[in-house]
Amino acid sequence: MEDLLFELQLALPQVILGVINGSFYALLSLGLAVIFGMLNVINFAHGAQFMMGAFVAWLLLSYLGIGYWPALILSPLIVGFVGVLMERLMISRLYKLDHLYGLLLTFGCALVIEGLFRNTFGSSGQRYTTPPEFRALDLELADFFLPGYRVWVLIAASAVCLGTWLVIEKTKIGSYLRAATERPQLVQAFGINVPLMMTLTYAAGVALAAFAGVLAAPIYSVHPAMGANFIITVFAVVVIGGMGSIMGAVVTGFLLGFVQGITDVFYPEASQTVVFVIMAIVLLTRPAGLFGRA
Amino acid sequence: MAEGTIATAGGIAARHEETGLWGFTKPQAVAFLLMLAFVLVSPFFLYPVFLMKVLCFALFACAFNLLIGYVGLLSFGHAAYFGMGAYITGYAAKAWGVPPELAILMGGATGALLGIPFGWLAIRRAGIYFAMITLALAQMVYFFALQAPFTGGEDGIQAIPRGTLFGVFDLTADLTMYWLVAAIFLAGFLLIHRIVHSPFGQVMKAIRDNEPRATSLGYRTDDYKLMAFVLSATLAGIAGGTKALVFNIATLTDVHWAMSGEVVLMSLVGGLGTIFGPVVGAAVIITMQNYLAEFGAWVLVIQGVIFIACVLAFRRGILGEIAHALRVKL
Repeated sequence: MEDLLFELQLALPQVILGVINGSFYALLSLGLAVIFGMLNVINFAHGAQFMMGAFVAWLLLSYLGIGYWPALILSPLIVGFVGVLMERLMISRLYKLDHLYGLLLTFGCALVIEGLFRNTFGSSGQRYTTPPEFRALDLELADFFLPGYRVWVLIAASAVCLGTWLVIEKTKIGSYLRAATERPQLVQAFGINVPLMMTLTYAAGVALAAFAGVLAAPIYSVHPAMGANFIITVFAVVVIGGMGSIMGAVVTGFLLGFVQGITDVFYPEASQTVVFVIMAIVLLTRPAGLFGRA
Repeated sequence: MAEGTIATAGGIAARHEETGLWGFTKPQAVAFLLMLAFVLVSPFFLYPVFLMKVLCFALFACAFNLLIGYVGLLSFGHAAYFGMGAYITGYAAKAWGVPPELAILMGGATGALLGIPFGWLAIRRAGIYFAMITLALAQMVYFFALQAPFTGGEDGIQAIPRGTLFGVFDLTADLTMYWLVAAIFLAGFLLIHRIVHSPFGQVMKAIRDNEPRATSLGYRTDDYKLMAFVLSATLAGIAGGTKALVFNIATLTDVHWAMSGEVVLMSLVGGLGTIFGPVVGAAVIITMQNYLAEFGAWVLVIQGVIFIACVLAFRRGILGEIAHALRVKL
């Protein structure tokens, strides 16, 4: 019994780090779910847009001296605008075709974006210094130290996830969105500009990815491949949660981060694969996903 | 058939299939003879190692196309079977001194053994989910390859010996190796052609075009999908194993998701659902990589642009467009 308690005490930091990792999963799978709900497109470029978010924050800081707080707003706006262009120029041409074309197209976009950044900035990582004001949030419990910035990531990600959920479930624009997801033609017949809503929805999903990118910039090094490695795990998260609900995407994201943290304590070799194993188990028992509708 | 279904983008222009030799239509027979002539003559004009690379990837792309083109399942994780096939072939040839013919078969067996559980899991979902699941499972294999001791981690397995075929033919000579690769490619290609035109293949196409109807006719569609998946994974494993012997190396590149993307690109460029398309696509993409190798990351950008161009404007692919223009089936 005491051994177990000791183990748990040792486990706590890893588990907290896991949950913080989970907040990135939650933000990214939330963006994917928002886009998929409206456009029926799996946005393979999501990882690349996450990376762009981090890079834009870094560029703003290094070339224009614009700090972390403005970047937290500016970077999602800039990357979201790129999203508007992508949707208008390319993705909108594919709505009548098999959904797999959307996947292939956005995969191509991801390659282009990653390649361009690699050409310009090289493959090595750039450092984004953590803003000093977060030291105030530093947590020290017994012999366990949690940097304040990570506390902030957890708070910010939870707030944005909750905010997105509130907008979609409780506001008028959210009700249009949900209606257009179910019956786009009918909603259009009521005089709502559905194509515009699709563009804005895509931009909003992309902006969420960029926001996650800015949050990630001080933790991970900012490099062109940072999103690609992340996004495949997020795909597994999405399969586990099912695309049915916004809340489902968020909850699954945090939950898997937590599970990954625990795995890291007891069997670190499997910490990177545990998400995929859980995906296999979920597919066996609930093929539609934990929150999905069959 | 739904408009714009991905698998049939290759275009079924000719409604009447006149099948002559070996189930080839006339235009297909002409195309096959052209391809055969090219395979036989080209090593005397072009660099054999380059040609072997093209043939390995052509087989890989044909295996991938068997799934997307004829069953309508887009696998985004075929690097797993290709890469693990390469690893096992390489390890068997190097550490156990297994002869090359057996080592390549072991690569194929690896593909099959991975394909059975992965296919079984993935066919529970269709469409986009199928693509994401195969991608995620392949990523698991990638992490496994990164950590497992026998794969050599970042270094991969190097200096894999080509060995002596049947104890007679010394494969260290590039031209001898080329004939082996050519034979494997042609055998794989004809096997796929026969599968597609067998009664089994007809059911596959029925599933692609209308799965509920195939089910209502009494076919266990899941069994057919799984069989097609395992066949595809096996051939991908053989392609990977052959590649490992040609280049004496098996690395993480072979199991990386970018490799899965490349084989999708090859099939897309050549023409999904055309039997010769993946071969042409592989030749085009490998040639391009060859010439652009010195430009580093630009290869990535150009591949992305080709992806986008193919999806937006050129969905039939090269052979699909030719077949459409000539109103024949290729």
